[in-house]
Amino acid sequence: MIKFDNVTHFYNTNQENKIISLSKINLEIQKGDFVAIIGSNGSGKSTLAKHINGLLLPSNGNVFVENFNTKDIEAIWNIRKKVGIVFQNPDNQLVATTVEDDIAFGLENIGIKEKEMKKRVDWALDIVGLNELRNSEPHLLSGGEKQRVVIAGALAMHTSYLVLDEPTSMLDPRGRKEVLEIIKRLNREENITIVYITQFMSEATQFKKIFVLDKGEVILTGSPKIVFNQAELLISLGLEVPQITKLARKLAESGLDIPYNILNEDEMVEYLCSYI
Amino acid sequence: MFIHLKNVSYTYNLNMPFETEALKSINLKIDKGEFIGIIGHTGCGKTTLLQLLNGLLEPTEGQILIDSIDIHKNKQKLREIRKKIGLAFQYPENQFFEETISKEIAFGPKNIGISDIELEQRIKRSLKMVDLDYSLYKDRSPFSLSGGEMRRAAIASILAIDPEIIILDEPTASLDPQSCYKLLSVIVNLYQKYNRTIIMVSHNMEIISELTKRIIVMEKGRVIMDDTPRNIFKYSIQKLESIGLSLPQITYTMYKLKKIGKPVSSAILTVEEAKDEILRLVKKR
Repeated sequence: MIKFDNVTHFYNTNQENKIISLSKINLEIQKGDFVAIIGSNGSGKSTLAKHINGLLLPSNGNVFVENFNTKDIEAIWNIRKKVGIVFQNPDNQLVATTVEDDIAFGLENIGIKEKEMKKRVDWALDIVGLNELRNSEPHLLSGGEKQRVVIAGALAMHTSYLVLDEPTSMLDPRGRKEVLEIIKRLNREENITIVYITQFMSEATQFKKIFVLDKGEVILTGSPKIVFNQAELLISLGLEVPQITKLARKLAESGLDIPYNILNEDEMVEYLCSYI
Repeated sequence: MFIHLKNVSYTYNLNMPFETEALKSINLKIDKGEFIGIIGHTGCGKTTLLQLLNGLLEPTEGQILIDSIDIHKNKQKLREIRKKIGLAFQYPENQFFEETISKEIAFGPKNIGISDIELEQRIKRSLKMVDLDYSLYKDRSPFSLSGGEMRRAAIASILAIDPEIIILDEPTASLDPQSCYKLLSVIVNLYQKYNRTIIMVSHNMEIISELTKRIIVMEKGRVIMDDTPRNIFKYSIQKLESIGLSLPQITYTMYKLKKIGKPVSSAILTVEEAKDEILRLVKKR
């Protein structure tokens, strides 16, 4: 479990222009959860993500990963083994000259024996479907493949929580699809907890639970059906509803009996079938 | 201004062990006043093409003619061209380095010898074009802006050299939806109100299909489609996915309806069009 207990975070703590980035956040993410975080630029999403593995520490309050407090220096390495982070630009996270070396990098750092290392690298490569590219140079891969290498690197550490900060914002449609399919499978088959930050509302609809952030506060929590039913609120926060949900609203306003919170193409097709 | 790419190829590390051919025999004509979207899988050569268009790279084969003059045979012309074609790279705000927004915007025009009096005018005009208030923003640090404002300020600094053609590489990447709309309305304004030619690379099919008038699809260094959005998104989903693309969500929904036998028009690109089409069919029944 990940728990934020009254967490506040300031940037420029000792200076006059102190900026509050997170304000009294209380939230719990259960083991096996599949969570999206949305919010406008500057709402505190990335700051929140960096608190989960102790890259940033709360100015006030506490963050717990299972029973470990991120402020506890003794516990931080345990926490970082449990929580993997994937950032926006994979090029900033790839370090080695081949795909398999890159995945082994973290394992070497914590002194895993060669036999075990090989086993874990094979397993991670298999999960992200990059077995055939294991000897390739990372910089020659497509954006989606690069992000999958980064994810495999985190998996090899036997991560139980994967935090992804806009992992698809630099990818083309194919890369985006690849990454989303893999994290869904990791959640379903390996029971890995996923915390996924995104600016694409159509991606957020595919999660079980959404946290909406605004000015450092969690102002709305719920299933996609609940969150995307509140179009006016989302727009006032700098967000929006997916294209398909917009269409549902327009049709409902024109007199069709159709719910406001249709979230994907299949649901829409199903509803329309009774009309046309 | 009229750009003509004649049989242009570009190879990185030519005659070296790691020689890679990024563009292969590209033939393109771009007219004044167009609004073009360029799409394609990562690594298909989009960025190389943009850098060729404003003369940053010289083709390894073929010619780039601008107003019928080969820009790489005439270096004077090349300098001229660079002022006429503004290129906004991905995340242009990463290139900020000045203390204030007005200094940031002044940097380009100063370099090409614009006088102080005109400089002030240019700063004012560029900020207006991106919808940032001159008096509120001129003395602020570019680093104090929100993500969307930074992006617009960065585009203002490109507008300050008064380009006729504006090239944007993924201008909306990682902006929140409302900042994204704001920026897109700025871009549409540059096209409609200020009559600039726009060439925009984006992975967002919804944006490309709604805004642009012409789409150039690239794959493995070649231009494989060059048509109106409506004609491009008429291709089957299998065809588009095979080259790393997708349909806008709305177009995809209509495609699915059609596939199960509903008499919808499949070349629907916007929410408004979809609504009208569905209501038409509901009435008909």
